[in-house]
Formats: sequence, C-alpha cells, structure tokens
Amino acid sequence: MQAQVSSLASAASQSDDSRALVLRGLRKEYRAGQPVLRGIDLVLPGSGLTAIIGPSGTGKSTLIRCINRLVPPTSGEILFRGQDLAKLSGRSLRSARRRIGMVFQEYNLVERLTVMENLLCGRLGYVSAWRAWLRKFPAQDIARAFDLLDAVGLPGFATRRADALSGGQRQRVGIARAIMQEPDIILADEPTSSLDPKTSVEIMEILNRFATERNIPVIVNIHNVELAKRFASRIVGMTGGLVVYDGPPQGLSEADLKTIYGGENWME
Amino acid sequence: MIVTDPPASGPRTAFAPNWLARLGWIALAVYVVYAGSQLGFSAARFSTGLEHGHRFLARMFPPNFGRWELIYDGILESLQIAVIATFFGILISLPVGLLAARNLMPAWVSWPMRGIIALCRSFHPIIVAILFVKAIGFGALAGVMALIVASIGFISKLFAEAIEEISLKQVEAVRATGAGFFSILIMGVQPQVLPRFIGFATYQLDSNLRNSTMVGIVGGGGIGAALFTAYQRFDFDVVLAILIVIVSLIMVAEIVSGWARRVFQ
Repeated sequence: MQAQVSSLASAASQSDDSRALVLRGLRKEYRAGQPVLRGIDLVLPGSGLTAIIGPSGTGKSTLIRCINRLVPPTSGEILFRGQDLAKLSGRSLRSARRRIGMVFQEYNLVERLTVMENLLCGRLGYVSAWRAWLRKFPAQDIARAFDLLDAVGLPGFATRRADALSGGQRQRVGIARAIMQEPDIILADEPTSSLDPKTSVEIMEILNRFATERNIPVIVNIHNVELAKRFASRIVGMTGGLVVYDGPPQGLSEADLKTIYGGENWME
Repeated sequence: MIVTDPPASGPRTAFAPNWLARLGWIALAVYVVYAGSQLGFSAARFSTGLEHGHRFLARMFPPNFGRWELIYDGILESLQIAVIATFFGILISLPVGLLAARNLMPAWVSWPMRGIIALCRSFHPIIVAILFVKAIGFGALAGVMALIVASIGFISKLFAEAIEEISLKQVEAVRATGAGFFSILIMGVQPQVLPRFIGFATYQLDSNLRNSTMVGIVGGGGIGAALFTAYQRFDFDVVLAILIVIVSLIMVAEIVSGWARRVFQ
C-alpha cells in the first residue's frame, strides 16, 4: 500500500504536470463501515478527456462529487494545483470551487431563471450576493455569456426561461455555465444519460472542444462505453468502489469490460 | 438475466388491503355519531332555530347605509390594519421561515424556530388581540400587533415548507460554482420559491382583511367595533350594510391577489 502511494506520487512528479489531479487513498462511507469508495488512487493528466465507466451504484458520481466536495470524502487526499481539496473548508473551499466547473446528468439549471441568468450563476463566486440580486453583473461577464451561447449553438436564447428548453438545449446551457467559471477542470456527471444518441454525441463534442481549446482536463462519468472510447484519451474502469482499469481506450479489452460490469450476456 | 419466480402459494394480490386505514375510517365514523349524540342535536331544536333565523334575516332587510361615514371610517381602518400587519408579518416571516427550513439549516437552528412558529400559531388572532389590547391599550395598534403574530405563525410555516420542497439539484449546481450562502439563496432558492411565496402572501392579506374586521370586537380597531355595536343595539339593517361592505372588500382583494399571482407566475 505504502509502495503504491509513493509510486503514484512519483508518477505525478515524473509527468511534471502541475495541473494534474491526484487522488490518494480516497475513501467515502455514507454509513460507517459501508464504503462506497474503497481507496481510490488515480493520477489524471492536466489535459484531455478522461472517461470513468462502471456499473450503476459503483461510486462514480460519489467520486466526482468528492473532487469539488459536494460530497465530503471520509479520508484520503485530492491534490489539485498545489492544494489538498479534501482539507479545504469555508472561504478557501468556495474559492477552489470557483475554478472547478461541473456538468450534471439532469442539467440542474435553475428552472425559473432565464438562460442568461443561469449562465451568470457561473460567476457567483466573484460577484456579491447583493449585486447578483440586482442583476448587476460585470459587463464583460455578460458579453462572455453571449459569446458562449453562440459557441454552444444557442444564439438568441439569452432571455428564454430554462424550463422552456429541451434536454439537449439545457445541457448546452449547463456546459456554458461551467465554462463561465473559466474553470481549471471540468467534472461531468453522466452528462449524456438523459439525452438521445445524436444529442449525446453533440454534447460530448462540445465538452471535448472546450477541453481542447482551453487545454483543461475533463472528467466524465459515462454509461455508454462506445461514447467513452470515441471521445476519451483515457479510460478509468470502476467496480465495487475500486479502480479496476486505468489506461488508454485502445487497451480496453472485452475481458476488462467483463471485470468492470460482470457477466457477459450484455455484450452481444 | 436473473428471473425471480413469484411466490408459489396463494392467489396473487394486485392491491394489498390496508386494514389500519379501514379501522381508522370506522373509528372516525363512530366518533362523529357519538359526539353528535353528546351535544344534544335534535330535529325539534333545529326547526325552532330555523324560525329564529327567519325572523332575524327579515329584520336585516333592507340594508341601512344611513351611517355610511361610520362604516367608511371603520372599513378604512380595517384595511390599514390588514395591509400594515401583512407587510410586517411577511417581512419577519421571510427570515423566520428560512431559518425553520430543515433542508438548509442545521437542526439546532430549525427546531427552535419551529417552536416559535408553533407558539405564534397556537392562539386564535382574537385571543392574541385581547392580550395586546390589555398590554398596549385600545386601538388599531393592538389589532396590527395581533395580526402580525398571526401572520408569522401561518406564513413562516408555509414559507419553510415551500423551501423544504425545492429541488436541491438546482441548489447543488449553484453551490458547485463556488457561490456563497446568500448568492445561493438569491439565485438557487429564491427563483424556486418566489411564486409560492407570492401566493401565500396574497392569501395572508386576504386572511388578515377578514381578521381585521374582527379584532375590533375586542377593541383592536377597525370596522369590528361598529359591527359589534350594531348587533348589540339590534340594528340588524346596519349589520347587513356592514356585512355587504366586508364581502365586497374581500372580493376585490381576491381579484387583486389573482392579478399579483399571475404577474409573478
């Protein structure tokens, strides 16, 4: 165990990537004695799209939510840009979250706000509550929001209310909101699971495009193995709260998938 | 993949009988019959009552608007009592309701707040009005205070419940951007609850209008005093006039609150 941790640490320093995300011995128990994450050790590079695959209930969402601390980890380290995110609280946690964009399975837009207001939610870490209430956001934030709406293919949607949009449109807004934060990393929790196959590909393309343009890492939980192989430069397979595969998509064999998902009837 | 066999024995039941609920309904029916017999309802008592009622109604017609100045002053004061009480009642209820919401506040904050709300709710506005009339004297101020207490008891509870029913997914997304607590409230919580808050607020204005016509009976100001005096002097035609004015006032309030709800849809 000790040897493994130190090898991971050296792997991080060897890659000499100050923007890498390093997880060390990450554990999460919602109820004491019943771990959902049983000690995750991962070094995720500072750019490119990493797909986390695995069966439902295996802790993929928990893992992603531990990174921006929507879920507090029970133990372990989350090293990112010279900070241990697991140890932050209060103001320092909020300021770390400002640089971590998140995209959700059910989009999690504020339904009764307009598209523009939802995008500006991405700037709430920088704007006081009072100014947010009066909608006095900085002009450059608003200009950037308009640009991002064009970039995700929703020009002219700024004043539409979020609850009037389709699933695919909502997810585009969700991604634009995350990019509004000017993030150093994007976490995407099943961003395509509620969408049809064509829209799913479009959403993955948008995510991938932003990741490449901004040269930031994207971590995506995803159920669709084909989509994962198509877009990811790295695949992490999880089962039972443990990482059982970590490597390039080309290396993912049928035997690996059998280890990850169990059984084989589903692989026609 | 794995098919579980249905239990082998007995016929399959689509809807399980709920014996506890059936027992509850039977118990309720039995109690209603029992309580009715205890209170001495009878057909004879009912028919003499109808006769009294007939005479009483006959003396109300036609309504007498001769003392319209008295009615006008009273109704204006009632309206003022209702509006002021609603305004301050809601102003106080906003933070109280928020602090009582168990999904956003820790238990050591929400439970004491729920205690305060329960205390405000436990007495009828008239009883609270009597307390305030004794404490700060006759007049509109006592009525206003009584209705503020009533508003807090009612509205904060509804506010708290509305906040507890919001979608935490939307709140989670706002929190994930690094927003502080107040920013989360303004962009994540307020948009979700505002239409319901407006609904509750207009409902409370409506309720305060009705109650403000009543606090006058115990000396809390408003039209209630005139109404009570007219009753005691058997001026039933004046009573009817006052009742008609109150009914129209409530109807106008209903229309206005309908508009307000539509605007904040």
